[in-house]
Amino acid sequence: MDKYRCTVCGYIYDPQIGDPASGIKLGTAFEDLPNSWACPECGAPKESFEKVKGE
Amino acid sequence: MSAVEIKKDIFWVGAVDGNIRNFHGYTYTTSRGTTYNAYLILDEKITLIDTVYGPDSDEMLDRLRQIIEPSKIDYVIANHVEGDHSGALPEIMKLAPNAKVFGTAKCKDGLYKHYYGNWDFQVVKTGDKLSLGRHSLTFIEAPMLHWPDSMFTYCPEEKVLFPNDAFGQHYATSARYDDEVDGAVLMDEAAKYYANILWPFGSLILRKIEELQKINIVIDIIAPSHGIIWRKDPAKIINAYLSWAKNETKGKVIVAYETMWGATQMMARKLALGLTDAGVEVKVFDINQSERTEVIKDMLDAKGFILGSSTHDNDMLPAMAGFLHFLKGLKPKNRLACAFGSYGWSGGAVKSIEKILQEAGIEVGQPGLAVRYVPDESELKRSYEYGMDFAKAIKAKE
Repeated sequence: MDKYRCTVCGYIYDPQIGDPASGIKLGTAFEDLPNSWACPECGAPKESFEKVKGE
Repeated sequence: MSAVEIKKDIFWVGAVDGNIRNFHGYTYTTSRGTTYNAYLILDEKITLIDTVYGPDSDEMLDRLRQIIEPSKIDYVIANHVEGDHSGALPEIMKLAPNAKVFGTAKCKDGLYKHYYGNWDFQVVKTGDKLSLGRHSLTFIEAPMLHWPDSMFTYCPEEKVLFPNDAFGQHYATSARYDDEVDGAVLMDEAAKYYANILWPFGSLILRKIEELQKINIVIDIIAPSHGIIWRKDPAKIINAYLSWAKNETKGKVIVAYETMWGATQMMARKLALGLTDAGVEVKVFDINQSERTEVIKDMLDAKGFILGSSTHDNDMLPAMAGFLHFLKGLKPKNRLACAFGSYGWSGGAVKSIEKILQEAGIEVGQPGLAVRYVPDESELKRSYEYGMDFAKAIKAKE
């Protein structure tokens, strides 16, 4: 599963960690995050993320 | 200068530093100094909105004491963690140990990681309200404007928005209001602030302004944490932010270069002449003779960037590398760029500049122009035409 980086603040969504504070369990692929999910650091929407290359 | 009553029972109690020349470390040249704006609301609950940079604490305390004893403060609103606004907070909490601090969850965490204070802190979220008596405050989280912890505070009774760093400027004067200063200087400083600090966050700024418009916030006064207070025409700065956040530009080109022995500078002058003769506004900067903060400000509304460097160790020169590194972080959008420079043997600077432009998502509009050693007549003519060609590409984009 790919990691995704927030293009606004640089936060990386790692499916191996999830986003427990927002109720996103470990093992959730970025693609499966609800559309209402936003960057936990800066609040940018899901479409502000890009796939992290070369990892 | 005394405390200034900006609305009934709402006072500016900040500090003015006309001498500071470097801000955020050495990332921002504050050629007109700056102010740190804190505000006091006199009500049943005496409330301080933000503080000042630590070394300027006494100036704020003097202004506070013209109105009340600081020990009487009940509430402190911390809109932002950063030291230029929270630096005097430990001193305030010493004088008013029972005061309650309000801010976002990230602000609570960030303030603790700065000062390690055991303060009574109440986390607030967007839409939360706090009654002070005759006044109330509404909080609006504003992450990345310009840190994750940032927040706006709004007083509906007096229609004052306290947006902390948003809409601010590094501009030290004895005047407090937009109608008391030169409007062109004010907008110049506001643009400089936006370009150097807020440029990467345009998409969030657009959403935040939309959010404010949706909840029909009526604004009489915008009272930012740096510089001048907008009371005559708050819409002016909001509209400017909307334009900057959309990356709106005009047909203007910035030529910025670094030169070793003047050959790259010869090319810069010729291509700038080509641009001018093609009817395009152009500004030329030798980046070692210019303040980066000023060059970046001039790039904010420029459609095109032409970047040049002599080749040194098969790469661009170090000041240009630092400059482009900074520019890349600002994530400019909807721009067109190209690269030029003089070299002696294998070259490299032009390719390096193009590479970082591509990484920054800036479109490279035409192949780079590299000249070996000192340009001759035909190479100077080629430089002139290179500027003209770029001018055509810029005009085609308009």
